[in-house]
Amino acid sequence: MKKTLPKFLPWLAAGALALGSTLAQAADTIKVGVLHSLSGTMAISETTLKDTVLMLVDAQNKKGGLLGKKLEAVVVDPASNWPLFAEKARELLQKEKVAVVFGCWTSVSRKSVLPVFEELNGILFYPVQYEGEESSKNVFYTGAAPNQQAIPAVDYLMKDLAVERWVLAGTDYVYPRTTNKILEAYLKAKGVKDEDIMINYTPFGHSDWQSIVADIKKFGSAGKKTAVVSTINGDANVPFYKELGNQGISATDIPVVAFSVGEEELSGIDTKPLVGHLAAWNYFMSIKSPANDAFIKEWHAFIKDKKRVTNDPMEATFIGFNMWVKAVEKVKSTNTDKVIDAMVGIETPNLTGGVAKMLPNHHLTKPVFIGEIQADGQFDVVWKTKDLVPGDAWSDFLPGSKDITADWADPKIKCGNYNTVTKKCSGQNF
Amino acid sequence: MTTRTLIRAGLGGLVLLLLSLLAPLPVQAADDNALRAALPTLRTAGFTEKAALIENLVQLPHPRVVPLLAAMAGGRLYYRAANDQFVIALNDAAEPAIEDAVTGAALGQVDKRDLERISANNRLRALIENQLAGLGLASSDPVQRKAAVEAFLRNPQTEGAARLRERQPVETDENIRKLLTAALALVELGNSDAAIRAQAATALSGWTQPEIRGRLMRAAADDADVHVREAAQKALAKTEFRLQLLSWAETLFFGLSLGSVLILAAIGLAVTFGVMGVINMAHGELMMLGAYTTWLVQQWLPLNWSLPVAVPLAFLVAALVGIAIERGIIRFLYGRPLETLLATFGVSLILQQAVRSIFSPLNRSVATPEWMSGTILLGPLEVTLNRLIIIGFCIVVFALLWLALQRTRLGLEVRAVAQNRAMARAMGVRSARVDALTFGLGSGIAGVAGVALSQLTNVGPNLGQNYIVDSFMVVVFGGVGNLWGTMVAGLSLGVANKLLEPWSGAVLAKILVLAFLILFIQKRPRGLFPQRGRAAEV
Repeated sequence: MKKTLPKFLPWLAAGALALGSTLAQAADTIKVGVLHSLSGTMAISETTLKDTVLMLVDAQNKKGGLLGKKLEAVVVDPASNWPLFAEKARELLQKEKVAVVFGCWTSVSRKSVLPVFEELNGILFYPVQYEGEESSKNVFYTGAAPNQQAIPAVDYLMKDLAVERWVLAGTDYVYPRTTNKILEAYLKAKGVKDEDIMINYTPFGHSDWQSIVADIKKFGSAGKKTAVVSTINGDANVPFYKELGNQGISATDIPVVAFSVGEEELSGIDTKPLVGHLAAWNYFMSIKSPANDAFIKEWHAFIKDKKRVTNDPMEATFIGFNMWVKAVEKVKSTNTDKVIDAMVGIETPNLTGGVAKMLPNHHLTKPVFIGEIQADGQFDVVWKTKDLVPGDAWSDFLPGSKDITADWADPKIKCGNYNTVTKKCSGQNF
Repeated sequence: MTTRTLIRAGLGGLVLLLLSLLAPLPVQAADDNALRAALPTLRTAGFTEKAALIENLVQLPHPRVVPLLAAMAGGRLYYRAANDQFVIALNDAAEPAIEDAVTGAALGQVDKRDLERISANNRLRALIENQLAGLGLASSDPVQRKAAVEAFLRNPQTEGAARLRERQPVETDENIRKLLTAALALVELGNSDAAIRAQAATALSGWTQPEIRGRLMRAAADDADVHVREAAQKALAKTEFRLQLLSWAETLFFGLSLGSVLILAAIGLAVTFGVMGVINMAHGELMMLGAYTTWLVQQWLPLNWSLPVAVPLAFLVAALVGIAIERGIIRFLYGRPLETLLATFGVSLILQQAVRSIFSPLNRSVATPEWMSGTILLGPLEVTLNRLIIIGFCIVVFALLWLALQRTRLGLEVRAVAQNRAMARAMGVRSARVDALTFGLGSGIAGVAGVALSQLTNVGPNLGQNYIVDSFMVVVFGGVGNLWGTMVAGLSLGVANKLLEPWSGAVLAKILVLAFLILFIQKRPRGLFPQRGRAAEV
């Protein structure tokens, strides 16, 4: 007995020391939560964003950290499982006490974590283009709203390509359904007749596109210039484009403009048959600007693979991260309420040579680019908006949301769902 | 004969031919400067100005005009700021080999980020295709001339019509002359004289090409003159019935093609689930392994040879993994279907995440070889070549599997063990070995199916998940343990799905088929072709 005690003591001391040092370390770091799926169906898109945040955290630490402290990334894996997103968000905010979270891809995952962020008063940066009709005090939407992607794309097709017949093809879930509703209302307002619009929904992961592509071919052979506006999501795009190529529909016959196909998606396809099809984004890897060149170089060095591409949600993550850093530096604190108040009006350079500004509705100003797919899997910009487009949370083309605005800066409103006619705030009822 | 692919191949050939025709012209040196002078404006111009520039370029009697325009349409014409020169990239690599756009002299390799692309949009590409086609009309090869007229049909613009008009009286080939007449009539549909328009519409009757019918439909609906509208309607009515028949035939082909994919996915399962009675939830992942094998093979072998090599390799890889699963896990769980289901489901998750960790969660790009892309005319029906080949492949795999089960020693033993294990063992059949080999056979076929799927869909970690439910559906519908049942079930489900799709939409079609299946299984729990005899009662 006498001998065991001294043996046991050093361990105890060491344990106490280790505990003390982690406590000390925790006080010296600012925790940054990363809530992106690393397994399951969405891992294909979201893993890249996790790496982007890690790269940005790394770069910030090399610059000396933030407020004299090091940043520490806390990565969790919600595994493409929507309820798990809410649990992991709770874990990040309650247990890890992170100052900010970068995360989510699909709208359903965002809707799933929204109540958690509002209840626990956290900050979420959401970096993906989405259907709009939402504005939360705790969420900053750094991706495009419909008026920053879908509407300009349709304008381009209508004016520059003289398209008169429209196929709205989408995967059957909330983002395509809402976007197509907005687009249908917009097209009809522009005088397009009912018989010149074809709307088609397919299940997730749809892989047999033969009859739908044949239908599109038939619809497009009525003598009017036809285009497909595609909100087809994720994996289903590959067989869709393959079938288009096989049935001999080239972009000069029926161009397809896609809102969910970027450089990363194209890196998994043989793009030769797709040359000339279009995509609308706020960023393309091929855009030449010093900031973009530096970003690509940094990304290749971080990921140690020169073949990896960059894409729009990565730029949105980049902008969101820099904005958060600026806001924290401005208020010299990571206190949620202070940072949220400081966020509105913050400006940071984007990667395409412009400036992104955080608007009172928690959306950004963005340039809109239309790119054509090239044989090397990159996009060539064929059109862009003259000015930056301010993101509109509530679409002007939907009857229910025409009168609604979001404003978190005006002390009289402070609401994400404010009806300008009845002058009432419906709170967070989206 | 392929049509669209031929047009593209024809255009490529056309460029080569024109090159050889124009190369020996003596004026070259003098015109180099004219061409060089035209290029800088091409870089700064907007797309509308570019269109005018291209039309001027075509007029230049310079041998490099054709390759230059073809490169521009293909997105391979660049400006190299460092040397202030225009270059053509010869491939799409990150560091492509380049040549001087004006002289054609090779300039070595450069980093693509140092080059600035002279971009073309869809309208310019159409214009270039149209202009190059105009030049190809003078070719001595009838295939080239036909391709030229067909390229014109796709983008009928009045600018190119003069060349067609010159060509028409001297054209010797009967078919091409007919095509020329149609192309010219198509241009006349835009004439300001109503009588000429009506005449053109009548001349176009009987043509089923979508390009021609589209213009006719437009004329039938919107033309200002009532006679033109009537003539166009008459011309359209003539082909209506034929097109209706064609569209039915097309739907049937789509159904057969979907069916063949279902059969390929299910047939391996028909062996492991049908014959052995093992519920293998990792079946989809074995297909995924086959697809990844294809991708790996493509990294090492030239594209055109990769698929024939990938098929046996995929069989081997999937079969070995299958045997490992059987020896390592399933053999301890025979007779306990629930545990087998859970264990193999676990295996499927492990395999998925393993692939994610090894190959990254991103999809892999599996290219389609030349001989499998494009369309082919099957009688009057235009069908996609890759689907046709997969239907044929499905038949071959089915036939081989049937022969293996009916005509080989292993097949005999497999059937014996399936029917009565105890009796088979008493006759000296080593049932454990037969189990492993049967499972390997079923798994190997799943791998082979993966090769076919890699040509149709994403090659990624989730490939298997998308097909597992369909596979079980087909096997259960067809009758467990019956290969012919699997075949009939796969085909009928495919055709039913495609018949429903046009009027119910893809989402509802899938639901309807599933609902039908549930009702069918209620009525006939053993599927279409139940196994008879004592074996079925055990």
